[in-house]
Amino acid sequence: MPTFVYMTRCDGCGHCVDICPSVIMHIDKTYRRAVNIEPNMCWECYSCVKACPQNAIDVRGYADFAPLGHSVRALREEAKGTISWKVKFRNGHEKNFVSPIRTTPWGSIKSPADYEAPTAEALNSQEIAHEPESLNIDKLPALRPDQLKLGVV
Amino acid sequence: MGLFSRRKTIHVDSDILVIGGGMAGCGATYESRYWGRDLKVVCVEKANIERSGAVAQGLYAINCYMGMQWDENQPEDHVRYARNDLMGLVREDLGYDIARHVDSTVHKFEEWGLPIMRDPETGQYQREGKWQIMIHGESYKPIVAEAARKAATKIYNRIMVTHLLMDDTKPNRVAGAVGFNVRTGDFYVFRAKAVIVGAGGASHIFKPRAVGEGMGRTWYAPWSSGSAYALPILAGAKMTQMENRIVLTRFKDGYGPVGAYFLHLKTYTENAYGDEYESKWYDHTKELVGDYIDRHPVPTCLRNHAFLEEVKAGRGPIRMVTKEAFQDPHLETIGWENFLGMTIGQAVVWASQNIDPKHTNPELTTSEPYVMGSHATCSGAWASGPEDYAPSEYQWGYNRMMTVDGLFGAGDTIGGTAHKFSSGSFTEGRIAGKAAVKYVNDLGSEQPQVSEAEYEGLKKTVFQPMENYEVGRNEIVGGTVSPSYILPIHGLQRLEKIMDEYVGGISAHYSTNEPQLTRGLELLGMLREDLNHLGAEDLHQLQRAWELNHRLLASESVTHHTMFRTETRWPGYYYRADHPKLDDDDWHCFTLSRYDRESGEWEMEKAPVYHIVD
Repeated sequence: MPTFVYMTRCDGCGHCVDICPSVIMHIDKTYRRAVNIEPNMCWECYSCVKACPQNAIDVRGYADFAPLGHSVRALREEAKGTISWKVKFRNGHEKNFVSPIRTTPWGSIKSPADYEAPTAEALNSQEIAHEPESLNIDKLPALRPDQLKLGVV
Repeated sequence: MGLFSRRKTIHVDSDILVIGGGMAGCGATYESRYWGRDLKVVCVEKANIERSGAVAQGLYAINCYMGMQWDENQPEDHVRYARNDLMGLVREDLGYDIARHVDSTVHKFEEWGLPIMRDPETGQYQREGKWQIMIHGESYKPIVAEAARKAATKIYNRIMVTHLLMDDTKPNRVAGAVGFNVRTGDFYVFRAKAVIVGAGGASHIFKPRAVGEGMGRTWYAPWSSGSAYALPILAGAKMTQMENRIVLTRFKDGYGPVGAYFLHLKTYTENAYGDEYESKWYDHTKELVGDYIDRHPVPTCLRNHAFLEEVKAGRGPIRMVTKEAFQDPHLETIGWENFLGMTIGQAVVWASQNIDPKHTNPELTTSEPYVMGSHATCSGAWASGPEDYAPSEYQWGYNRMMTVDGLFGAGDTIGGTAHKFSSGSFTEGRIAGKAAVKYVNDLGSEQPQVSEAEYEGLKKTVFQPMENYEVGRNEIVGGTVSPSYILPIHGLQRLEKIMDEYVGGISAHYSTNEPQLTRGLELLGMLREDLNHLGAEDLHQLQRAWELNHRLLASESVTHHTMFRTETRWPGYYYRADHPKLDDDDWHCFTLSRYDRESGEWEMEKAPVYHIVD
């Protein structure tokens, strides 16, 4: 389809509509459930699959090159900090994988405004925020103007 | 006026307007807030920054990390690498600037919670290759988006920016942008002292290999609609290296990446008969490009060239030999997680076709061409370089400011800086963000002046496709065929066909010449006229209409640049069949263009290449 929505699982919450980068997940006016309105602009990025609280969205590979009978399912658990995958082949073979997705609590990133305000001198330097400390070396490297020359090398 | 008068116009004033909330835009937003504590920083995005841009789906590697803290690489090493891969032509001042800052960005990503793999013996980041480190990056974009949300005064999701606004009182100065909300249809007028374009490069300007349902499975995201180029081009900004399109060697149909397979899993390619083929094309390639073929690593385009020649000689398909590496369960897991982390569609293809790389060596293919400035090619806007060392020809203002006053860029938008990838794009956004704060501070209390006549005129232009549809639809019983309008998908398919056949796409074996390009420009010109007759049934189609407009402008630019450079600099990416050899005497230079929106003319010129001399 590539993504499609199971009628009996979708409750029309719209999380997929909210997240789809390609703007192709819409709410069907008759059924009040989600539908992929433009399958040929779907990247199979799984953003909607991962966002669906009902696990109502799945992917059927592109019809022009993917034979039927396969399945690649994702379960993204923010609280656990993991994503789990189940890959099922057309011939029935199966592979499973689990990966971490984040090492810190969601929402824990500090705003750049919460750091000490930079000085005017820093603004006029070549350093960007948090440098040089965040480079983990003594100072920001720089070229000298005379190191850049015309010619073929 | 019907349609227009009903639409609300919403005005948003800001000090810094960031267009596009992908990696570059999020970096620009973060940095603008760090240096501009009291400034109003607004980021506008056509999707939702939580999952927008090229990293929406995640990544399994960060491809630009120096490792200066462990003395792995220095910034000048990366410049030499990018220069070599691009056959001598990169903006070394800009590339060095990204390379010297990029480690600090990556360290911040790790602090924010991005799981970066570490080598269990050394404790250092796990290297995939000399420049690449391995990550569990499923949530790379949500993490980066969280940092941007914390920094912005406001994020506007689901607004497609269609045009930049120029200052009414000062020539060649940007003053904001206009766009529309793809859900509500409200028209937005953004007024800003500085604008940073962090929009996406261009997929779907050349006909893709899959033209049915699978046309969305392009290598670069289908939502990368060339806004990175169209917005600055229409504002009169100079562009560079737009001919330098990229063709990717990837796993067939899913376009799954090969980097980890080559570099980390140590898989290798062979032809259909099990033979190594690259060395066979050495003498042939040397005739075309001279000693560039002797450089290490071999430039990516030249490896593509050997692939293409071997397939043309009838010994395809080329396969990746995975059966050896995949016997190791650890490497097998990496091979699969690599796709699941960033190109899930490839796992779907393999599952559907019963391709288990442990038992089958999968086919590779070469993609349709793409135009972009952040991966391994460097199309984009001509930007001012860093103040501390950039040569005078590369420096006319603030770092990363284009040739339009107050207009900055980063990521796919900025030309000449190949191999920045996700981390480098975010870093370039940070560089642009800091420079924009300085620009705004120096401007003082001066406000951007926007003409009401200009934005009201643009409002009419922006919604015209809906008017066209409403009027034209009444002429016909039903269906998609109208004598009065074409739909966005019709225009897109025509664009892709023209570019494919005349400007060096897959069906022409990436080859073109002056007569082909001349004809291509004629047909693009007619398409340009026909875009005045686009019909959009609803707001979704209106978004597609404006994406098509942006793609067309990017394509015209690509075609003019390809015409101008009368050599074949990057065989394997494209061929000027009438000038089949690399020509350093005449073309060891950047190509620059400027579009005059009044006359519709493109002016071309050359710009010098400065190298870091050892």
